[in-house]
Amino acid sequence: MGRYVLRRLLQLIPVFLGTTFIIYALVWAIPQDPFAGKCGQRACPESYVAAMSEKFHFDDPLPLQYLKYMGNILTGDFGDTFSGVSVGEQIGAAYPTTVKLAVVALLIEALIGVTAGVLTGLRKQGFLDNLVLVSTLFLISLPVFVTGFVLRLYLGPQGLDLFDVGVDATDPTFGQLILPGFVLGSTSMAYVARLTRSSIAENRHADYVRTAIAKGQPTRRVVGVHLLRNSLIPVITFLGTDLGSLMGGAVVTEGVFNINGIGGLIFRGIQEKEGITVTGVVTMLVLVYLLMSLVVDLLYAVLDPRIRYE
Amino acid sequence: MSDPGAGGAGLERAAAAAVGDLSRVDDSAQRQGKPRSLWSDAWGELRRKPTFIVSLVIILVVVVMAAFPSLFTSVDPRAANLDNYLKKPSADAWFGYDVQGYDVYARAIYGARASLLVGLFSTILTVLVGSVVGIFAGYAKTWIDSLLSRVGDIFAGVPFVLGAIVILTTFNSPTENPSAVRIITQVVLSIAALSWPVSMRIMRSATLVAKQQDYVKAARGLGASPLRIVFRHLLPNTVAPVLVYATIALGAFIGAEATLAFLGIGLRPPVVSWGVMISESRDYFQAAPHMLLFPAGFVTITVLAFVVLGDAVRDALDPKSR
Repeated sequence: MGRYVLRRLLQLIPVFLGTTFIIYALVWAIPQDPFAGKCGQRACPESYVAAMSEKFHFDDPLPLQYLKYMGNILTGDFGDTFSGVSVGEQIGAAYPTTVKLAVVALLIEALIGVTAGVLTGLRKQGFLDNLVLVSTLFLISLPVFVTGFVLRLYLGPQGLDLFDVGVDATDPTFGQLILPGFVLGSTSMAYVARLTRSSIAENRHADYVRTAIAKGQPTRRVVGVHLLRNSLIPVITFLGTDLGSLMGGAVVTEGVFNINGIGGLIFRGIQEKEGITVTGVVTMLVLVYLLMSLVVDLLYAVLDPRIRYE
Repeated sequence: MSDPGAGGAGLERAAAAAVGDLSRVDDSAQRQGKPRSLWSDAWGELRRKPTFIVSLVIILVVVVMAAFPSLFTSVDPRAANLDNYLKKPSADAWFGYDVQGYDVYARAIYGARASLLVGLFSTILTVLVGSVVGIFAGYAKTWIDSLLSRVGDIFAGVPFVLGAIVILTTFNSPTENPSAVRIITQVVLSIAALSWPVSMRIMRSATLVAKQQDYVKAARGLGASPLRIVFRHLLPNTVAPVLVYATIALGAFIGAEATLAFLGIGLRPPVVSWGVMISESRDYFQAAPHMLLFPAGFVTITVLAFVVLGDAVRDALDPKSR
C-alpha cells in the first residue's frame, strides 16, 4: 500500500507540472504584450514596465519564468497582482465559500441520489422507476445555467418565494447555499441515482443477500447493512471524484447566484488580465483535483477489502 | 476534471463510464445457422426500440432545421423591430420577441445550424485525435504508451470550463470582435483540446483487449505489418465503444457551446446560436422568461435525444443485455 501511494504520488508530479505549465504558457506567453491596456489609453511609463518586468520575471525565457514562479508557489508565496493585491489573500477570501458550496452540493446529491437509487433499484419497472429514469435523463440534458435561472425565477422572491436568493458576499450561511448547491449538484445527482440503481439491482440477487434473507433477517437490515454497504462502493468513489471537481469552483453556478467564490475570482482574473491570479488559482485547483483522484483510488481499497494494491 | 456545473463535461465523464463495459464486447460468438455480424444484430435490436426511433426522429428534425431553416419559418432572424421589444408569445410570434425585437422562434430555428456545427465538428475532432492516439498507445504498449497516457492526463487535468475560458480569452481579448468563422473554429478547437483524452482512454482500453484476441495474434504470425493490423483488424473491433461515446459527446458539446456562449466567451452576435440566445437573455429573463426558456428547451431536447440515442446504441451493441 505504502509503495503504491508513493508510486502514484511520483506519477502525479509530471502531470501536475505539465498541466500548470500549459496554463502558465497560455496566460503569459501567448498574449504579445502583457502591458496592453494596463495603463488606460497611454503606453505604460518606463519605470512601471521595469518594475513589473522585474516582479514577474518577464525578461527571462518562459521555462525559467515558470520555474521561478513554481519555486515561489512551493514556498507558499502566490505572488501579488499588478495592483499589488496578494493572490494568497484573494484565494483565502474566496475559497471557504467555494468549499461550503461544494459540500452542500455533495450532501444534496448524495442524499437525494442515493435515496432515489435505492428505492428504484429495489423495485424495478414500476411507476417510480420510470419517473426516476426519465427525470434523471432530463436533469442530465439540462445545461446547469438553465436549471439555475429557472429555479431562481420560480422558487425565488418573484416566484413561489421559497428561497432567499441573496447570498452574503463574505460569509454565506448554509441555508443560503441550499438552492445554489442543489443546482450545482443536479447533474451529478442524476448520475448518483442511476449508479445506485444499477448497483443495487445487480447485487439484489447476490448469494449473500439470499443468505441474509434465509436466516430470517428483517428486510430493513438486509437492505441497510448487507445490500447497501456493498452497493455503495462505486457510488462513494463517484462522489469522491465529484467533490474534487466541485472544489474546482463552479464558474457558472457562482455567476448565476452572484456568489463570491473561486470561480468568480478566476473569471474576473482573466477578464482583467491579472495573469498571476489565474495561474495561482488554477495551480491550486489542479493540485486539489489530482490529490482527490488519488484519495478516491485509495478509498477503493479501504471500502472493498478484496482490492489490494501491491 | 471539470466544472460539474458545465453539464457538458460532467456528462462526458459519465459517457466514458457508460462506455467502459463495451470495450469487452466480444462479437466472435455467432448464432448457429445464420451468422450475423454485431452490427446487423444491433440494428435489428434498435429498429424495435421506441426510444431509438423517437430520438432519431428528433435528431433528424434538428438536422433538417439546421440545413434548411427556411422550411420552418419565413421570418428573417436578423430583422429587428424595436416596437416588438420583449413582447410575449402570441399567434404572430409563437415564442415572442426578444430585447432587440427579434423573433425568438425564427432565431431558435436559425440557431440550430451554428449549435449543431459546433457539436459535430468538436465531436469529429475529439474522436479522431483521441482514437488515433488511443489505438497507437494501446497497440504500442511500451514507453510510448506511458508517454501518451501521461500527455492525456495532463490535458484531462485542466478543468473544462476554466481551461476553455483561459484558451478563448487568451486568443481573443474581451474587447475584440472576432469573425464568425474564427470564433467557431476556436470554440471547436478548445473543446477538442480539452476532451480528447476521454476518447483516447476508451480507445486505448478497447485496443488492449482486442490485441489479445487470437485473430490479431494470427495476423501478426502471418507477418502482417503493424499498420495493417491496426487498420484492418483492431479498428473494426474497437470502434463500437468510441461510437457510443461520440453520440453522447455530441449532445454534451452542444451543451458546452451554450455554456461558453453564456459566459460571453464562446460564439457571439452576429452569429445566431442557441447559446448566444441564452446569453442574450441573461439580463432580461425575469421580465421575459420566454427569451430564455425557448432556446434552452431546444438545447435540452437536442442533448436529450443524443443521450438517449447513445444509450440505446450501447444497449444494442452489448451482447450481455440481450
